[in-house]
Amino acid sequence: MGELVVEVESLVVRYGRGRAAVTAVDGLSLTVVRATVTAILGPNGAGKTTTIETCEGYRRPQGGRVRVLGLDPVADRRALLPRLGVMLQEGGAWSGVRATEMLHHVARLHANPLDVDMLVQRLDLGSCGRTPYRRLSGGQKQRLSLAMAIVGRPELAFLDEPTAGLDPLARRATWELIEDLRRDGVSVVLTTHYMEEAERLADQVHVIDGGRVIASGSPAELTSRGAANSLRFRGPAGLDVRSLVAALPEGSRVREPAPGSYLVLGTIDPHLLATVTAWCASNGVLPDDLAVERHNLEDVFLELTGRKLQP
Amino acid sequence: MTTGTFAPRPGAAPLPRMVLAQGLMEARLLLRNGEQLVLALVVPILLLVAGALAPGLSLGAQPRIDVLAPGVIALAVMSTAFTSLAIATAFERRYGVLKRLGASPLPRTGLLAGKVLAVLLVQALQLLLIVPVAWLLGWRPAVDATGIAAAVLMIVAGTSAFGALGLLMAGTLRAEATLAAANLVYLLLVAGGATLVPVEAYPAPIQPVVALLPSGALAEGLRHALGVEAGLAWGGIGIALGILAAWAVLAAVATARTFRWE
Ligand SMILES: Nc1ncnc2c1ncn2[C@@H]1O[C@H](COP(=O)(O)OP(=O)(O)OP(=O)(O)O)[C@@H](O)[C@H]1O
Ligand SMILES: [Mg+2]
Repeated sequence: MGELVVEVESLVVRYGRGRAAVTAVDGLSLTVVRATVTAILGPNGAGKTTTIETCEGYRRPQGGRVRVLGLDPVADRRALLPRLGVMLQEGGAWSGVRATEMLHHVARLHANPLDVDMLVQRLDLGSCGRTPYRRLSGGQKQRLSLAMAIVGRPELAFLDEPTAGLDPLARRATWELIEDLRRDGVSVVLTTHYMEEAERLADQVHVIDGGRVIASGSPAELTSRGAANSLRFRGPAGLDVRSLVAALPEGSRVREPAPGSYLVLGTIDPHLLATVTAWCASNGVLPDDLAVERHNLEDVFLELTGRKLQP
Repeated sequence: MTTGTFAPRPGAAPLPRMVLAQGLMEARLLLRNGEQLVLALVVPILLLVAGALAPGLSLGAQPRIDVLAPGVIALAVMSTAFTSLAIATAFERRYGVLKRLGASPLPRTGLLAGKVLAVLLVQALQLLLIVPVAWLLGWRPAVDATGIAAAVLMIVAGTSAFGALGLLMAGTLRAEATLAAANLVYLLLVAGGATLVPVEAYPAPIQPVVALLPSGALAEGLRHALGVEAGLAWGGIGIALGILAAWAVLAAVATARTFRWE
């Protein structure tokens, strides 16, 4: 495991005081390894923005410990900020400023900024470069905000919903940019509601809900968690599956949700598959439509929380 | 370390460069805004010309323009340091600009310095316009270098007091409320705060009150510095500076305690 650039331990963040207090983050722990992409996934109000903004030093946590690049984001904010790239969930530019003018301005605040023209081209901001911010489309604002986050050549970029509201083309361009950032050694933490985004981009995914991490792992680890997968096949209706259950590893279940349609739940591995086909052979059954159903993060989330991830 | 396009090379630009960038940016945005431009340049010039040419108007014993020109300079200082600054900052807060800049390498002191620079730049532009127009209207202040230095000192003190008051407003009220209140306060101070009409022209019972207002102090101070009376009235200048400094300190302390960045 590489060097940790973010360490969050038992973080608690509340808004307001006393009776009106809202606990937005409630004992959340996660880590981020250098030069990787980490996705924070969760439904509206899960505490994604609050977590990220606490790492950026905007809020003082009510509990727990946060270290970003080895520093305390509140106490060492001045030393930390030049090394971070920050993309807020919304806003962040004057309403009358032109898109490229804003990007040049942020670049001027840094010692070794990226070439602004290159960024403008990569994020396709050329055509709206002279448009005042208030007249940019939602997606153009997002792309500008992303450019502002990385123009200072940060070590670590926090991107809050970088692809929200982007068309498919722009989303793809953003993904490629994020992959290039990782290739060049930048650590990226992003939040998202999109499964395919986390699956495609992230080395590590933290699923959060109600202010806590409810699952962590690589996309492959999360989606291949045995319990989340199933094996389906069709055969004659009313097979006696008790002998199949006996042959399968402990904890496996077999159901017949509809006549002739069988569902095997458990750790679906090659060994289990072989057991099922052997049982079919010894019972003279030709399994039809045999399929392993790999669940995606969406299903994992649904299983963990009983709720849909996307609003 | 990798050497790719995006290979990390983080770092803040030198502070003076950041402040300069911030100041120039804010000044540019201010001048780009139509209403602010009217407030900063058109209104002072209109008042100056109308006040100087309107028949039958009297502002005391001195030639009218001698009273009017310092008053219009005071009004211009107020419009930029107070009204424009308050409105611009309130909308920066509303649109998350303050929040975003708060995560940039620019420290808060640098942001403040940038704002001061922007205000001073716009004020310089205002003076470049107001002084020649006043001259054309017959203004011939009997001032030497010390008089000019005293006037500059008054402008700096007035900018501090009004700037702190503007930030106090911007940091606590909503953007729309700031927009309304900053304009209203400005109007009230111009109309009844001894800005254009000298304190001595007010009814005696309210003179002390008017003189203690930041507008009254600034305008009176400028009238003293720019030679309405023969020679420099150091006493009057000192009192005006004291009043403005008190306003500046009070407002700055209140701002530091109450300012909300988001
Ligand atoms: N400034 C605030 N004051 C009070 N409550 C807040 C504030 N910001 C967020 N909250 C509350 O904290 C909780 C977490 O909010 P947060 O913005 O972190 O969620 P999120 O995961 O980013 O959601 P989304 O996907 O909608 O962006 C929510 O219940 C929200 O209502
Ligand atoms: Mg959010």
